[in-house]
Amino acid sequence: MDFIAIFSIFVLACFVGYFVVWSVTPALHTPLMSVTNAISSVIIVGALIASAAAGSASSKWLGLAAVVMASINIFGGFAVTARMLAMYKKKER
Amino acid sequence: MDFQSILSAATGEHGLAVNPWAAIAYLVAGVLFILSLRGLSSPATAQAGNRFGMMGMTIAVVTTLLTHAPMKFGDATNSYTGVDPVGLIEILAAIGIGAVIGIVMARRIAMTAMPQLVAAFHSLVGLAAVAVAAAAYLNPQAFGIADAAGQIFTVSRIEMGLGIAIGAITFSGSVIAFLKLNGNMSGAAIMLPGRHIINLGTLAAIIGLVAYFTVDQSPWVFWTITGLSFLIGFLLIIPIGGADMPVVVSMLNSYSGWAAAAMGFTLGNTAMIITGALVGSSGAILSYIMCRAMNRSFISVIAGGFGADASAASSGSTEQRPWKPGSADDAAFLMSQADTVIIVPGYGMAVAQAQHALREMGDLLKKEGVTVKYAIHPVAGRMPGHMNVLLAEANVPYDEVFELEDINGEFAQADVAFVIGANDVTNPSAKTDKTSPIYGMPVLDVEKAKTVLFVKRSMGGVGYAGVDNDVFYMDQTMMLLGDAKKMTDDIVKALNGGGH
Repeated sequence: MDFIAIFSIFVLACFVGYFVVWSVTPALHTPLMSVTNAISSVIIVGALIASAAAGSASSKWLGLAAVVMASINIFGGFAVTARMLAMYKKKER
Repeated sequence: MDFQSILSAATGEHGLAVNPWAAIAYLVAGVLFILSLRGLSSPATAQAGNRFGMMGMTIAVVTTLLTHAPMKFGDATNSYTGVDPVGLIEILAAIGIGAVIGIVMARRIAMTAMPQLVAAFHSLVGLAAVAVAAAAYLNPQAFGIADAAGQIFTVSRIEMGLGIAIGAITFSGSVIAFLKLNGNMSGAAIMLPGRHIINLGTLAAIIGLVAYFTVDQSPWVFWTITGLSFLIGFLLIIPIGGADMPVVVSMLNSYSGWAAAAMGFTLGNTAMIITGALVGSSGAILSYIMCRAMNRSFISVIAGGFGADASAASSGSTEQRPWKPGSADDAAFLMSQADTVIIVPGYGMAVAQAQHALREMGDLLKKEGVTVKYAIHPVAGRMPGHMNVLLAEANVPYDEVFELEDINGEFAQADVAFVIGANDVTNPSAKTDKTSPIYGMPVLDVEKAKTVLFVKRSMGGVGYAGVDNDVFYMDQTMMLLGDAKKMTDDIVKALNGGGH
């Protein structure tokens, strides 16, 4: 994809992010942080490409290390968010 | 022309040769991440949102595994002969190790320690970004960002340079934030002489080297950028005091997003770019909300040193003023006779682990027909929304918990304001005293309630900002001195009719 196309997606996504995040209720700001943490670990895509590529052993091991780190974040981030969200309950009437 | 070739024609010269179906899968993942954050607009839809996030991540990972599986190279045929099972097992093992560590951490962490956990997670995103950028630098052909001669494309060099710089800053900054939040390192602001000059010089050097990297892709340029970025991360966070940690954690959240976005540019991957932009905006907005809640400018937080200025301000006048002590029995009697009680919890309540006793107290009062509400200041915890999580953990229903701007008008009608473990966020001098270090900070108007019950360890200690609170000395205020949990337990006993 050429740079301008990617850059357009990026700029539009920033606007989407701006409006979506302002609509998040302040009571859920901590889960917002833990879930953004989990999804920013989508960087695992790059780590997987590096671990699978032939040609450079050091590149491959860096990739595998990054896969471990990103996986900690993905599983830990979603699990801790789920744990927090399960605690939010409405008043029993 | 079939769909495949239309899309291949649309994907240009830069980035990996992307399978069009894979490109669409990444886009779907990006949209699911947007829906995931959208779900957090209400606690009722939040769990569904979290599941959207998990689906998006699964799609992104599976797509990458399918399109970039490790291949076995057959020497005899001089071509790839199929999936390399050893390579695949290594990758799955790496995911498995991460999954076990992550899930164990998520299960074991105490809710009071959530800020440390988030800081630790940020540091991992940063380090992973550094590792990916370094892997791309060492093996650019595998990422489709270099020509046949091994020369990395100019645009990719800028993206990569920025990616590694932001990733490294996120990592080292988060490590310092973690150590401060976890108490391994003093929360006080540590000032280096001439730090502004050192920081600006280092930043300028990083920017200069990223620019130079576009003409010279030698290893020394790349690794110097990496090293200086690790250094600036440490230097930037060390001078920031404990009270400003909510801003710092939000800011690092933002950086981790920008790091992911920069790597997304390198790979031409829409899922990474959309996510990076979402996370980057999210962290930036949270930093802004936290700064506004403390009436601090972002620049002054980054420049550091809140704790140091404030302690100097407080050491001035310490005149003795009369105040009224009270007991748990008095408090129980006053609250049980009230129509409306507003509870104002602060971080001191969480440190004393008083949230469960507090909820029990609230339940008993409700049984007596008292309306009980909770008022939360945005910086009541150690990170945005932290106090809400702590109350939710104690089974306080979220529709009894109100934000500052929603409840501040109700103090005037309330019979009792019960302040526990909070101080600065109730200080009326923030509204009137221009010389106060917290002047201009939005505060909860507890002094407008008919009676203020103020639970505090002793009269000596002051809040983070180190300023005295006029509420202590007002006629309608009763000071309940003691440990927050013990005091609340005693009130619960008194409400139960036990008393002495």
